[in-house]
Amino acid sequence: MSQPSISKSMTFGESGLAVVFAVTAFLCVIASAKALDAPFAFHAALSAAASLAAVFFIVNRYFERPAALPAQEINGRPNYSMGPIKFSAFMAMFWGIAGFLVGLIIASQLAWPALNFDLPWISFGRLRPLHTSAVIFAFGGNVLIATSFYVVQKSCRARLAGDLAPWFVVLGYNFFILIAGTGYLLGVTQSKEYAEPEWYADLWLTIVWVVYLLVFLATIFKRKEPHIFVANWFYLAFIVTIAVLHLGNNPALPVSVFGSKSYVAWGGIQDAMFQWWYGHNAVGFFLTAGFLAIMYYFIPKRAERPIYSYRLSIIHFWALIFLYIWAGPHHLHYTALPDWTQTLGMTFSIMLWMPSWGGMINGLMTLSGAWDKLRTDPVLRMLVVSVAFYGMSTFEGPMMSIKVVNSLSHYTDWTIGHVHSGALGWVGFVSFGALYCLVPWAWNRKGLYSLKLVNWHFWVATLGIVLYISAMWVSGILQGLMWRAYTSLGFLEYSFIETVEAMHPFYIIRAAGGGLFLIGSLIMAYNLWMTVRVGEQEVQMPVALQPAE
Amino acid sequence: MKAILTVHNLASDLVTTIWTPVFVAIFLAIIAYAFWPRNKAAFDKAAHLPLREE
Repeated sequence: MSQPSISKSMTFGESGLAVVFAVTAFLCVIASAKALDAPFAFHAALSAAASLAAVFFIVNRYFERPAALPAQEINGRPNYSMGPIKFSAFMAMFWGIAGFLVGLIIASQLAWPALNFDLPWISFGRLRPLHTSAVIFAFGGNVLIATSFYVVQKSCRARLAGDLAPWFVVLGYNFFILIAGTGYLLGVTQSKEYAEPEWYADLWLTIVWVVYLLVFLATIFKRKEPHIFVANWFYLAFIVTIAVLHLGNNPALPVSVFGSKSYVAWGGIQDAMFQWWYGHNAVGFFLTAGFLAIMYYFIPKRAERPIYSYRLSIIHFWALIFLYIWAGPHHLHYTALPDWTQTLGMTFSIMLWMPSWGGMINGLMTLSGAWDKLRTDPVLRMLVVSVAFYGMSTFEGPMMSIKVVNSLSHYTDWTIGHVHSGALGWVGFVSFGALYCLVPWAWNRKGLYSLKLVNWHFWVATLGIVLYISAMWVSGILQGLMWRAYTSLGFLEYSFIETVEAMHPFYIIRAAGGGLFLIGSLIMAYNLWMTVRVGEQEVQMPVALQPAE
Repeated sequence: MKAILTVHNLASDLVTTIWTPVFVAIFLAIIAYAFWPRNKAAFDKAAHLPLREE
């Protein structure tokens, strides 16, 4: 064996990052020792351990790797980086199951309150943010990171930028999830919905997110494909907007740098408006733009059909960008928010119908000429049904933002039903479909272990969604009508506890629906596991034998 | 209503006045770009992008 001609040395990134993490570990040990509260001491200790692990990982990786960094191209074809994608895909599945399980637990707690066992750590108030963060940010976030790293490489025909940076993003992001999630259980929260993590977790996420943006941008920058594919536009909008929202909603002053508690800079109605500007655009750019990127890449790829109308995708993109950012005030109807602001939010929410349905039509019509595949390919069926759910929930959302409708629906289970038709039907199914495609591609397998199991997953989960959303519709409208019922003498007809009692059967049906959705995800995890373990290797064709394009 | 003339007030007046027409103009330009006949071939090619990679 001949020795490589270049001498091996640490890159600037390797040595720099190792030093930064060593210093961080030291600072975290001090912070842990001087901590004012137990959760902060725990989180500082966890961060110290993670920093030391990072130093070990970097140094060990350096000793294991060959002298030269991985080539950008091999035989004229891009040398795609799959490691961080595999990790993120695995974590998505892990957090998905965890998040769905916690959802089932809190749904059961609502039906049978004794299930909180009078323990603070598993009370509804702490488990609820754990559920929402686990499904949105942990499951959804890992799906978005995994697919975005895959799509940007493939559609740019370039290797993912950076050597350690993509690993920093996926590991750092999941560490943020760990800090946030354990914090909720220990009672650490800044009480902003969907932005519950405290100041130190927010700071860490900011660093990770900026690196994510840089990796994505740098990969686009060195692309071999002249055109920037539409999915990359959607991913980029997702990454940039989430950065802006995160910074806008979270300026906070910690009580002490050694304690977990902080106070948010904004107060009163400004804080409420900032919160829902953040909250609704998290829906718009995390749960919509990011997953639309998945739609625009994975559906054409799986259906083997071009995008129905590329023009429409451009208009879809820009209409979404221009309109979504204004829709937040519909979360604050009939509050202290100025009336004109509420009406503005309502108006823009209604206008959002157009790009939403334009996008839905574009996704569905991509199947023209390939509709028969819906019968034979359950993965494609999952992707297409997700787009149908997207259409349905983006019809329902603008309708609910209309003030008179909102006066009935707000604060009721209708909202929960609406959110879950979007979350389970759209985000869930499009993520499942994407993972079913991505896992065989990333692990270089010929196909999935079992399409039959995908079919089971599809039907079990669909039944679960139908039970969930129909129970919440009935329950929500019943609740809204009971709250506004007056007697002939002008008194409220029902006490609040009577309305709670009326919800009971629907809460049981909802929990059953959630249970089915969880079972579906377990079937999926088994299927993906077996795909990786026993799936047949895809044989790479020599370049010369490739079919003409 | 704004008694005091400050840079901030001036800037905010300017922005709130021209913001809507500017955004509408940008959006119309995007629509024109999307429907410009000469761009059709490039867009049709881009629609096939996921199918012709590697």
